[in-house]
Amino acid sequence: MADQFKVLIIFAHPNREQSRVQSALLKAVQSMEDVTIVDLYNEYPDFIIDVKREQERVLEHSLLIFQHPIYWYSCPPLLKEWMDCVLELGWAYGDGGDKMKNLDFMQVISAGGPGDAYHRSGYNRFTVHELLRPFEATANLCGWRYHSPFLVQGAKGLNAQTIHDHAQRYHNLLYFYRMQGRRVLDALDTTFDQNTSIS
Amino acid sequence: MNDSIFKFLIILLAASTLIVPITARLGLGSVIGYLIAGVALGPQGFGLMNNPEVILHYSEFGVVLLLFIIGLELHPKRLWEMRRAIFGMGSLQIGITTLLIGGALKLFGWSNAECLIAGLGLSMSSTAIAMQIIQEKGLKRHHSGRNGFAVLLFQDLAFIPILLLVSLLAANSSQTDTGTMLKQIALALGAVAGIVLGVRYLSYPFFRWISGAHVRELSTAFSLLIVVGIAFVMEEVGLSMALGTFLAGVILADSEYRHEIEANIEPFKGLLLGLFFLSVGMTIKLDLVLAKPLLILSFLVGLLVLKMLALFLSALIFRMDLRHISIFAILLSQGGEFAFVLFGQAITEGSLGAESAALLNAVVTLSMLTTPILVLLYYRFLGTGAAEEKPEHDLITSDGAPVILAGFGRMGQIVVRLLKINRISSTVIDHNPDHVDRVRKFGFKAYYGDATQMAILEAAGLADARLLIITFGNQEMVQSLIEEVKRHHPHIQILARARDRIHAFKLMDLGVTHFERETFGSALSMGEKALQIMGVAPFRAHRTVLKFRQYDLASMLKLYKFHSNEKEFISQSREATAAIERLFAEDSDTLKKNVSEESWG
Repeated sequence: MADQFKVLIIFAHPNREQSRVQSALLKAVQSMEDVTIVDLYNEYPDFIIDVKREQERVLEHSLLIFQHPIYWYSCPPLLKEWMDCVLELGWAYGDGGDKMKNLDFMQVISAGGPGDAYHRSGYNRFTVHELLRPFEATANLCGWRYHSPFLVQGAKGLNAQTIHDHAQRYHNLLYFYRMQGRRVLDALDTTFDQNTSIS
Repeated sequence: MNDSIFKFLIILLAASTLIVPITARLGLGSVIGYLIAGVALGPQGFGLMNNPEVILHYSEFGVVLLLFIIGLELHPKRLWEMRRAIFGMGSLQIGITTLLIGGALKLFGWSNAECLIAGLGLSMSSTAIAMQIIQEKGLKRHHSGRNGFAVLLFQDLAFIPILLLVSLLAANSSQTDTGTMLKQIALALGAVAGIVLGVRYLSYPFFRWISGAHVRELSTAFSLLIVVGIAFVMEEVGLSMALGTFLAGVILADSEYRHEIEANIEPFKGLLLGLFFLSVGMTIKLDLVLAKPLLILSFLVGLLVLKMLALFLSALIFRMDLRHISIFAILLSQGGEFAFVLFGQAITEGSLGAESAALLNAVVTLSMLTTPILVLLYYRFLGTGAAEEKPEHDLITSDGAPVILAGFGRMGQIVVRLLKINRISSTVIDHNPDHVDRVRKFGFKAYYGDATQMAILEAAGLADARLLIITFGNQEMVQSLIEEVKRHHPHIQILARARDRIHAFKLMDLGVTHFERETFGSALSMGEKALQIMGVAPFRAHRTVLKFRQYDLASMLKLYKFHSNEKEFISQSREATAAIERLFAEDSDTLKKNVSEESWG
């Protein structure tokens, strides 16, 4: 594990040029020091992932971020392929699979629907937190430290100013993580829980 | 050319083409047809041929070619696996047969020497007849065929020592003093070593040099030169010609020229063997048979019964499966061409009476005639035949690869590598010795040969293949090869290289469903790179190409209907232009909508 605080962003968006929110978020962090961005759909357009290279990259960082839009309550398929291939038995989990232990993990996601849609009484019926359970379970099995997601909701209707604000917030988060590490993310977890645990 | 040679050829060829198809259709096989034709033509038939012994002598070369081809199909490793059957069963069979037949003749009051000579001579079977039947009945991969071949091979090996033994038996053995004998043996060993080394190290560079000249019949000439040359050397040092060429065949079995040589020799072998059987038929002394019918008949039955008994016993001792033993014994039940030679020598050395020899020769010839009949009876009444036997791993056969690749240029090489990664073995044929050499170094089964020729592909085992991949570039050759393969082996899948759309249409006309246009794949890759360089996102570029590929194939099928309606009156070039125009018009509509547009964002 890296002794410094370094960020690896696995970015998955099949149509990046058409996404205002995700492009803005990515642009806000792409020239930061100690932040590595892997644009999956650009690097592996044929879905053949270089497992070894990806595993090496993971080992060089302390925070792993999955940045992607929510498609059908999950991630775009190439990110799932990345997980299927890179998180190998005996490497990421199972016997001797402790290479990613203690890695900080977070998702940076945008959802088309407004916040109140992701609610027991909303049209999506489940909270974002509930829908992201597969990722939380993955983090659990691989021994990652799971943090609450960085969430942008209602992405379709946001105005330029709001998008800019979100991007700035994302930039700041990574900036402070670089300085102070895990506790910045821990602090955020508490707020997220308060915000989403509305009954 | 001499008038009589033409007459001779015409009579022989006409008789064969008239009679052999009849016996083959009746299920009797070709051998008996030739034999019958021979009897009819011979001095005591219509008397059209009056010097059968001379013809027999020359046509024995058919047996030499037969053994050469058997050698070609037998890898040294496989030969080694058969050592038990060859030396064990082979020697046992000769021993028991000699004992039984010699003992029986003793009862007729023959002398000891005569009994031994007759026993040894009759223990030899006819390689030509047995192997021909083994091939025709498809027994090559079965127990009976394999063991039969092993025993025949041992007889070939044993013939030289037996011949020596017979001359030692002769009273006037003074000419064979130890000095000349040692010299003889040294000469023989030297000749064999020379053949092994010569074939191994000289034939390749020669083949390479010849194929560089691109004159097709040269390689046929050189193949024949190898066989005839070796036969000559063996004859000179007093060894069996057939054994020498068999050895050469085994050495060449691993070479890249194997299929080419086989395709070259095969027709000569067939014709000469036919001639051999014809002349055997001609040499049957009908007058002798008619003079002493009962004696001859009892000798014939005796030979068949005792020899089959001996074969049966040796097979039993070597634990051969009971179901296969009968056909094995029948296959080798006849006397062979070696017997003629042995008895001939014994007469000149005075150890065998001329009358006894004539009797034995007649019996041997008749026994050759009975074998095909016995085989027929066996299949009619006893065995359900080869179908019942489980084939062994292919011992005397081609590589048996499921894929045959015709052409090993830039296209074929990639295809073969992909097959190999997935552990699908393939046999590769190419006419460029450099290609073949290079890939053989990496353990590919590659052979030199003109892949556009059906005969080469047959030799490479086309009949057993599941897929034929044609990757050479000559359009007309691709078409004619496909036509021929479809005619002879309609069950084999064909994957063909097409030059372009129009050529692909022609292949579709021939019923080909699997084809690949030669530059289509690389053009698509190049298009994808162009899109990427011009800033189209890689994934979008990739999707565009994949969709384009699908769409293009679909549009091709659509245009194919068009093509088959119009092809009579639109010239080829106009057709091509029209097709391209239609293509461009359709492209723009269909492919504008590309990847599913943003919805979840």
